[in-house]
Amino acid sequence: MAYAAGVDVGSTQTKAVIIDEASEIVGRALIDTGANVIAAAENAFAQALDSGHLDEREVEYVIGTGYGRYRVTFGNAQVTEISCHGRGAVHMFPNTRTVVDMGGQDTKAIRVNATGEIVDFCMNDKCAAGTGRFLGAASAALDIPLDELGEVALRAERAVKISTTCTVFAESEVLSWLGKGKKIEDILLGVHQSIAARSIGLLRRVGIEPEVTFTGGVARNIGMIAALNKGMDLKVNVSPDSHFIGALGAALFALDHIRASRVPVVQEVAQEVA
Amino acid sequence: MTQTHDIVGRGNRDGAALFQKWFTELNHTSDVGGQAAYVFVMGSMAELLRVFDLPIVMPEINSLQTAVRRVAHEYLDQAEDYGYSPDICGYVKADVAVQLRHGEHPMGRIPQPSLAVLTNACNTYIKWAEIWERMYHIPIFTLDIPGTRACGKQTWPGESDFENDRKYVLAQVKELITVCEGLTGKKFDIDRLRETLQHANVMSRGWRRVLELNQSTPSVFNALTDGTIYLGVSNGFRGTSEGAKYFEDLVEEMEFKAAQGIGTMTDEKYRLLFVGVPCYPIFRRFNELFSEWGGTFVNSTYLWFAAGGVAQGYEYDLKRPLESFAEGVLIYVRNAMDSMFYQEQALAQMIDPFHVDGVVYHPIKSCRTVSTGLADGRRALMASRDIASLFIESDMMDRRVVSEAQLKNRADAFFEGLASRRLTAAH
Repeated sequence: MAYAAGVDVGSTQTKAVIIDEASEIVGRALIDTGANVIAAAENAFAQALDSGHLDEREVEYVIGTGYGRYRVTFGNAQVTEISCHGRGAVHMFPNTRTVVDMGGQDTKAIRVNATGEIVDFCMNDKCAAGTGRFLGAASAALDIPLDELGEVALRAERAVKISTTCTVFAESEVLSWLGKGKKIEDILLGVHQSIAARSIGLLRRVGIEPEVTFTGGVARNIGMIAALNKGMDLKVNVSPDSHFIGALGAALFALDHIRASRVPVVQEVAQEVA
Repeated sequence: MTQTHDIVGRGNRDGAALFQKWFTELNHTSDVGGQAAYVFVMGSMAELLRVFDLPIVMPEINSLQTAVRRVAHEYLDQAEDYGYSPDICGYVKADVAVQLRHGEHPMGRIPQPSLAVLTNACNTYIKWAEIWERMYHIPIFTLDIPGTRACGKQTWPGESDFENDRKYVLAQVKELITVCEGLTGKKFDIDRLRETLQHANVMSRGWRRVLELNQSTPSVFNALTDGTIYLGVSNGFRGTSEGAKYFEDLVEEMEFKAAQGIGTMTDEKYRLLFVGVPCYPIFRRFNELFSEWGGTFVNSTYLWFAAGGVAQGYEYDLKRPLESFAEGVLIYVRNAMDSMFYQEQALAQMIDPFHVDGVVYHPIKSCRTVSTGLADGRRALMASRDIASLFIESDMMDRRVVSEAQLKNRADAFFEGLASRRLTAAH
């Protein structure tokens, strides 16, 4: 049995996924990236091997993705997270035609065809507004753990309108609403709606074509799922493994390469893409 | 072999030398306190101004040179400290700093303006020239050039609307002649105009031919890098014998390369069109984001509008120089504007003859004139042709809004898509 791996080194967290020849996930790991990007990639990969009870030598091909993809020093090739999220989303939800990937410092809107090939994409530019970092600022300002924000937001009765589009200023705006006596849950719902609105703006640039799949670390936030569903008037696909989709896509490209080494026709595709 | 060595790369070598010569002469003009005309690339009127021996200063080029030479931030900071907003055109701010520094520039000292000539091709031109008017109390001459009324509605000689427009421009050209006579004390000499127009004709013909020759496979020059050098000569030496000679030589070089199959890169994999203004703060590196994947730019809208529309190929009729000059100014400046606003039809028509794999749109934060409408133009092009495109934003001057990591990420994803698209088509 041959195995393929994908290591997604994001700005906040590093994800590693190992799949078998049937494209099934057999090992995975999620760790904070921290300052040492090379070590983060190595540690995530090692933990994924442990979780799958695998030896490093059993993994034939590794592809790095994410902003730190060139720091996956043990990797065999690099593919952008844009291609990887598209590929992974279509693998997990085959009817996916649009992907919204919300990560720590960027949000991507990706339109794909039935094979996961990228048709168009769009990202936020040099500004973390509308990304996970915005939630981080709110978490700090309200002293609520990041993974509880969504749940609290869903208890809101009337969302506060967050007018700023700047992550830095968001914190002061949140504090000013607290000073005016607004409920925390109403403020948080406003924060979620503000991020969702910016993300939907990116999605509209590439064209929203159902089904829409939500990927990235913020996909674990139920408040954001609800805000996106309401904002687009549809139901986004979300999996408990949504934050692994970039790494999964990378692993699928790695598996392509392994297969290509055995089947000449496929070889070119994997070589070109990887 | 000797011929190859002599010809290949000559355009870049000679272009760099001419560029240096231009700035050396401007430095001399500054030293002796001579007169100089400040003009813009879209409608420079250089053919006419040279009749009065007025040295041509192009502040847009001065500004971009500060970015290429990696000192733009010093100039931008100075203008912002003076009170200009970070949102104002970077070219304007760098020029303001040049003026505040009494002409100090990385390529030499720039003379003060004695006259500024501008067109309505860019609305910032008008506000920019007003700065010089207030600083130096010099005459400002604004040419109002009728643009295209609607997409595909250009009129041509012989049509009544065009003739009315031509008369309108001619009247303004005559007014400019009067201003130049008063400023320089020199009488207008129509034979000298005929001479500069003749040189300009050679340059326009050459420019058009050079652009056409990049249909060759492999492409004979990179429109983003090499093309910008040719563009500098086209603007700075318009209407001169040196400019004419340069473009005759350049055509010879490109025809030689096309005939010999000598490409601009050794392994050309993807042929691209560029739409917008280059990212001067990381000029070489920006191109490498594409060349590392085997991508080269076979044409660029920048070479159309920033050359003042001369690639359109109009040639002056030397038998009626003044009337023909007005006609040419009208057609050229209109074409420059159309190259910014109505470029999608021209791009669509280039895809097949230039064997284009993808189109790269590069809006820039500090220039609304060229960037507004790119998103819409891209949608229109993609609706009319099945062509891959990339939309990446940075700036032509301000490195604070240039994120190389983000640019690379997008470029990499674009090429991954191109590779996938090519293989899908092959199987």
